[in-house]
Amino acid sequence: MARIDLDIAHAYGANPQRDEDYALLPLKMSFADGGAYALLGPSGCGKTTMLNIMSGLLRPSSGTVKFDGVDLTHASPQARNIAQVFQFPVIYDTMTVAENLAFPLRNRRVPQAQIKQRVGVIAEMLELSAQLDQRAANLSADAKQKISLGRGLVRSDVSAVLFDEPLTVIDPHLKWQLRRKLKQIHHELKLTLIYVTHDQVEALTFAEQVVVMTRGRAVQIGSAEALFERPQHSFVGHFIGSPGMNFLPAAVSGNALTLAGQDLTLNADLKLPNGDLKLGIRPEYLHLVDPGTAGALAAQVTQVQDIGTYVLVTALIGSHLLKARLTPEQPRPRAGEQVWLQVLGAQTCFYKNEELLA
Amino acid sequence: MSITVKPVNQKAWWLILPVFLCVAFSAILPLMTVVNYSVQDIISPERRVFVGTEWFAAVMRDQDLHEALWRQMVFSFSVLVLEIPLGVLLALSMPSKGWKSSAVLVIVALSLLIPWNVVGTIWQIFGRADIGLLGMALTELGFDYSYTGNALHAWLTVLVMDVWHWTPLVALLGYAGLRSIPDAYYQAASIDGASKFAVFRYIQLPKMRGVLMIAVLLRFMDSFMIYTEPFVLTGGGPGNATTFLSQYLTQKAVGQFDLGPAAAFSLIYFLIILLLCFILYNWMQRVGTADKSEAAHA
Repeated sequence: MARIDLDIAHAYGANPQRDEDYALLPLKMSFADGGAYALLGPSGCGKTTMLNIMSGLLRPSSGTVKFDGVDLTHASPQARNIAQVFQFPVIYDTMTVAENLAFPLRNRRVPQAQIKQRVGVIAEMLELSAQLDQRAANLSADAKQKISLGRGLVRSDVSAVLFDEPLTVIDPHLKWQLRRKLKQIHHELKLTLIYVTHDQVEALTFAEQVVVMTRGRAVQIGSAEALFERPQHSFVGHFIGSPGMNFLPAAVSGNALTLAGQDLTLNADLKLPNGDLKLGIRPEYLHLVDPGTAGALAAQVTQVQDIGTYVLVTALIGSHLLKARLTPEQPRPRAGEQVWLQVLGAQTCFYKNEELLA
Repeated sequence: MSITVKPVNQKAWWLILPVFLCVAFSAILPLMTVVNYSVQDIISPERRVFVGTEWFAAVMRDQDLHEALWRQMVFSFSVLVLEIPLGVLLALSMPSKGWKSSAVLVIVALSLLIPWNVVGTIWQIFGRADIGLLGMALTELGFDYSYTGNALHAWLTVLVMDVWHWTPLVALLGYAGLRSIPDAYYQAASIDGASKFAVFRYIQLPKMRGVLMIAVLLRFMDSFMIYTEPFVLTGGGPGNATTFLSQYLTQKAVGQFDLGPAAAFSLIYFLIILLLCFILYNWMQRVGTADKSEAAHA
């Protein structure tokens, strides 16, 4: 159990010049002792790179990695006392399930009695008890991945457990179950858990703090609520939520706001710089209002989809498509109809150069 | 529902004909010729006598043959014991990527490209006490080394020559096996705190099992049929010290023109190889599938 401080940058090639050369742009980040974190982002955003730098499988091309204030940048994974679970199951073919689970402990010369006890606990937790004496080689993919998870969790004294999309090969219903197990383990053992995923639901349900990453940059760190309500970066707005945030190009001049050729008046206490901005609003907050309401725009409905738990309305303002989520009880418009959408409100965000202004 | 009768078309047999002819001329006919010789006494091209299993019985009692067979067994066993671990060791120490790996691969493969009789000639010169590097070095060091005069020296020289010639094959196969192991295994092992030996024992060796099985079979069969190199190097001598099975067979068939016994012995030779390969293969398969049946019973 340890606090992890990163101050790193990483490029796989030598002599990185441009931003694109970096797998991980220079960043500073701290993971508190006992926290549950998720690194969330699309494929190739640098989340696995960051994880491997933390675990010591990869040396950052510059910067330092500190565990509890001690610089361990050049220390091996063993020295960092870290556990990591990989995307695809890694098992030792010639060993039984029990021997697989015991392997990390045996390598560290843990007393036999203690090994037995830990393996028992972990097997019980992952429902592997019945298979302990079987060869691991011939089990199904999800049983193998459970063994991998088990090896990650079997040491009780680790600084942190890192998960690299560990549930990719697991059946959906088991996935949900294992995710709950991991949360439970986190509560019981108070381990620092860092979880890499590209699935926002997985990240938001598992972690207390989610780090959203894109193109080698951590664009926002926050709770699920913060990511949803105030995305610090337009990418977060776009990536989190289903569907993602609506964006409209906007031009500000004093109190006047021009949106897709229509003029609106801004609230007096909203201080925005003059010039071109981007307005963002979540489909959940884009309400249908009466014609002519302040802060609303006229839009042409192009599509109404019933998704079951909600109704998704797609409407056109100028040449921009916006999506609005309505509850099933609300009166739904028909395609081709004109509606008014409340684009200005408490939940409306403004972005300049993709960064949140207000 | 109407019962549809499958149209019968025996013309498809013609399609097998080319393959059948190829196999007949390359394998079946030569083998049958040998079978034919093995049951006859060829006195002259015009005169032959059917003798039944007489040659087989005679060959089985042949003391020289027993010695050659025993010599051969010990040789093939020594080849496996030396070449497999050495090849694995070599494969483990070869660089995994970059220009170095390409360079090392080419260098390691060099000895495999040399024709057998040239290998024999190289070692013949290499081992000479007057001009050969090995022979001279050993003599200077005070050893009374002579592969032509000393039976043990001759036998060891043939063995070392085979190790030199064929260990690279095992190394290349092992190298291919090693390269197919995903990085995640090494990463997981490093996280699990595995020692270098544990990585070898629990990851590399199990993952190499398939290719090593091929290596063992290939090396066993090839060494069991070794002919050219000892023929060039020692000519089977001194005495019979390095007369292995093929050479013994050649002496019989070509040297003494005893076609009947030679044919009978060829068949026995063939069956021995077949039998040993069968046993080896099944044993190695069992090692591999033991875990599977275990899982099925659990």
